[in-house]
Amino acid sequence: MRIYVCVKHVPDSAARITIKDDNRIDETVTFLPNPCDENAIEEAVRLKERVNESEVIAVTLGGQSAINTLRSALSMGADRAILIKTDDRPDSIITGRALQKAIEIDGKADIVFTGKESIDSEGMQTMFRLAAALHVPVANNLSAFSLDRRKVTAEYETDAGTTAVVVMDLPCVVGVGKSLNKPRYPTLPDIIKSRKKIIKQISLSDLNIKVPGAKMEVLALRPSVENRRAREITGTPEEIVEQIVKVLQEEAKVV
Amino acid sequence: MEKIGILIETNNGEIKAANFGVITAARKNGNELYAFVLDCTGNDCEKQLQEYGIKAVITITSPRGAIKWHPVLWAGAIESAMKHFGINTLFGLTSAKGKDLLPRIAADLDAPLVMDCIKVNPAEHTAEKPQFSGKTIATIKVKGSHYLFGIRPNAIEAVPAPCKAETIVFQTEVASKRMTVETLRQGPSRGVELSEAAIVISGGRAMANTENFNLLKQCAETMGAAVGASRAVVDAGWVPHTMQVGQTGTTVSPKVYIACGISGSVQHFAGMKTSDFIIAVNTDPEASIITKCDYYVIADLFKIVPLLTSRLKDALGRS
Repeated sequence: MRIYVCVKHVPDSAARITIKDDNRIDETVTFLPNPCDENAIEEAVRLKERVNESEVIAVTLGGQSAINTLRSALSMGADRAILIKTDDRPDSIITGRALQKAIEIDGKADIVFTGKESIDSEGMQTMFRLAAALHVPVANNLSAFSLDRRKVTAEYETDAGTTAVVVMDLPCVVGVGKSLNKPRYPTLPDIIKSRKKIIKQISLSDLNIKVPGAKMEVLALRPSVENRRAREITGTPEEIVEQIVKVLQEEAKVV
Repeated sequence: MEKIGILIETNNGEIKAANFGVITAARKNGNELYAFVLDCTGNDCEKQLQEYGIKAVITITSPRGAIKWHPVLWAGAIESAMKHFGINTLFGLTSAKGKDLLPRIAADLDAPLVMDCIKVNPAEHTAEKPQFSGKTIATIKVKGSHYLFGIRPNAIEAVPAPCKAETIVFQTEVASKRMTVETLRQGPSRGVELSEAAIVISGGRAMANTENFNLLKQCAETMGAAVGASRAVVDAGWVPHTMQVGQTGTTVSPKVYIACGISGSVQHFAGMKTSDFIIAVNTDPEASIITKCDYYVIADLFKIVPLLTSRLKDALGRS
């Protein structure tokens, strides 16, 4: 089985974000694999461990430093990796097509894993665009996944307390949610072994993606201002509760 | 002026309140608003929608009747309704269903989509949304033949604008070859949907165990709130991941967020910082949430929460 896993190199969520040129961030902060993508890698590697003669290929789109995220995927058990190199930050319309092309040039995918969303641009759509470009079914934010005779059974929540159980034919794209598994920590031997694994590099421009008419462009980026006054409520527990109720009733008007 | 379709979501057949903020967001410049309804079984569906300025309520069915929930079938049905009525702009909620439908439709139509919008300007084709764990707000310009916007629940306040809505039934054939919905499994009722609740009361590490969450549940019931949790609590296995508020959990934007025994990490704030009021209850005056909230109480949540529950029971029982 040929298992692909798409990952993204994103700023550490704890990093202090500063804005450059009014529409992008200063990228001299720590970058890490996108958190949900680690769950995607984990699920891809677990599937490989269950199915004979399978291979996990990690794919990312990004600058040269995105290699670090591919290295993480390799140390977690991916066999090799592909970097679609670009210094731009293409939108998910381009990214979906780029991932599809890079995968199809590399081989025939049986399944493609992604994380449920990225924590940087938070677009929530690349897996759907990738699936449309590959002409395969897709389900996102999975809390359960199994594969039997080329049929995937997947579960995800569609409403508070309602879980959809869907069945998809392979090939398909699955977006992995945080609750599906616990990503493994690579051991030192894993990390050393991964250094020998191959990372293929392709330039985004060499993929000759037909530029679609549709586009999403970040016109401006500004820090979100926090101007809460942080007032203390004091008194006996009864007095405190009285004041909280007052906030609920009179200020927020919710009860 | 533009024709805009609004994807209406329901809960047990009744229209979810969060839809009205979506309609309000779309209702600028005299835009003509069409509601797409697939599973509303309530009687006064049209009445509620026209209250917010919907011109036409389009009930979408297959020739064999209502289309049961299936993301591919629903997406296809909405696409054919958009085509039939000449609607190129679609608004919906960034809810669990919205996250499943809007990107599917956008991918099928090769159309731009902005999810989690906190502001939309349909005439300029721009939208604002949080990025980078809520630390920044991006203004995104969309270009294309169609435009899709998913609104963060509660982020845009609903304002009524009554008009008279016509009702239309639109029938379309739908099919899905390679994906089937086997079952919709109903879990234990969790009460109010976390992402759409007007009040959220959340517990952190100080909750200490699963049982103590009953205190929050009881308090939530008195005021129609949803119960959330911090990541630490979910990682400890005290509550399911579906209750997690934050970066890798659910994003909420309620009128009031009550954080009980939550220190307030950056990742937690990413999921609740657009709340109107944040009230923190914590024994630790050094907790980072203390400087980033509207009101804080330095006290033991096990004292405050039960008292709040009984005080609310009194207050709301009387009114």
